[in-house]
Amino acid sequence: MSVEELGFDPSLKKKKKKSTKSFEDPSATASPSETTPEVDDVLSGLKKKKKSTASAPGADASGDAADDVTDSFAELKLKKKKKKVVTADDFEKELEKAGLDEVTTTSATEDINKDSEDANSQQSQLGLPYSSLLSRFFQILSANNPELAGDRSGSKFRIPPPVCQREGNKKTAFANVQEISDKLQRSPEHVIQYLFAELGTSGSVDGQKRLIIRGRFQPKQLENVLRRYIIEYVTCKTCKSINTQLKKESANRLFFLVCNSCGSTRSVSSIKTGFQAKVGRKKKPVA
Amino acid sequence: MSSIENLKAFDPFADTGDDDTQPTNYIHIRIQQRNGRKTLTTVQGLPDEYDLKRILKVLKKDFACNGNIVKDEELGEVIQLQGDQRVKVMEFLTTKLQLQKKNIKIHGF
Ligand SMILES: [Zn+2]
Repeated sequence: MSVEELGFDPSLKKKKKKSTKSFEDPSATASPSETTPEVDDVLSGLKKKKKSTASAPGADASGDAADDVTDSFAELKLKKKKKKVVTADDFEKELEKAGLDEVTTTSATEDINKDSEDANSQQSQLGLPYSSLLSRFFQILSANNPELAGDRSGSKFRIPPPVCQREGNKKTAFANVQEISDKLQRSPEHVIQYLFAELGTSGSVDGQKRLIIRGRFQPKQLENVLRRYIIEYVTCKTCKSINTQLKKESANRLFFLVCNSCGSTRSVSSIKTGFQAKVGRKKKPVA
Repeated sequence: MSSIENLKAFDPFADTGDDDTQPTNYIHIRIQQRNGRKTLTTVQGLPDEYDLKRILKVLKKDFACNGNIVKDEELGEVIQLQGDQRVKVMEFLTTKLQLQKKNIKIHGF
């Protein structure tokens, strides 16, 4: 009887487990092969003890029950089965849950989409769809206040690229310093001072307000230096605006950057030339 | 927030006046153009505990360039190297000498 039961139930389990997961199969196939000879042997109590304790740690009660005859045996088996079945069921349930969860989440998102669509349709029923309202708002905003619409490419924010020509063999003429420093709201002297300090060179401003720099420089190189100047001396660290002012505090002789957009203030270090190597033919220090 | 960071990072009212003295904690790596396409790299503000001569020796060998040490009255000893060695010097200072990257400033184009 119990054999039949065993023959039946594990197969059922097997089917279930096969359908769920393949890695549990060996245990399922192993348990009936172990248990069937035990049922045939009447003296299998001892064996049973060992094996049960070894294989199934949850069946501690088997130690007491193993002294009894096959009825209790069958009970044990039933218990075992039940336990195993329960675990399998739990597993499947959890699997199902997980699957269900996935399904529910997807359905939830769909629901949300549906809701928004519903809202849209409601507004469209009223004759004013949200998307068109939004685009209209941004059109008006960018027409009147482009800065607020996040448009940083306006004339106020666009800094023209440096224009430079070769001036003879060893000099570079930076043609639009004036324009760039106007855009940055800085004095050209300050910009030029920074350029000279960073490039480790010197130069002068000619009659057309062009900056003549000693040495050969590509526009790209000047752009890099200007970029660093802007980060260091122009942009507001708080709001990233370049609408700022450089003020010199007379009390402590420090330069402060005051933002016109958000009002924040930060101190900036003065431009330092640092070490300048004596370059070229003149070995004697320049006066 | 920036003011709080300033408080713990460095004192803005410290010695950063208009005078041309450098704050000693910064190491400046600069580049200068020489005649033609040639350039010169200068390393200024290395801490005193380092032996500049030995550093220079290693740098010259590693970068395969010539170099020398120039003494400046205000700025101390400065290493000069031929060519644009800025990135390599930076790497050397951070990896071999364990100097902080934030204390090193690379200048130039
Ligand atoms: Zn700001």
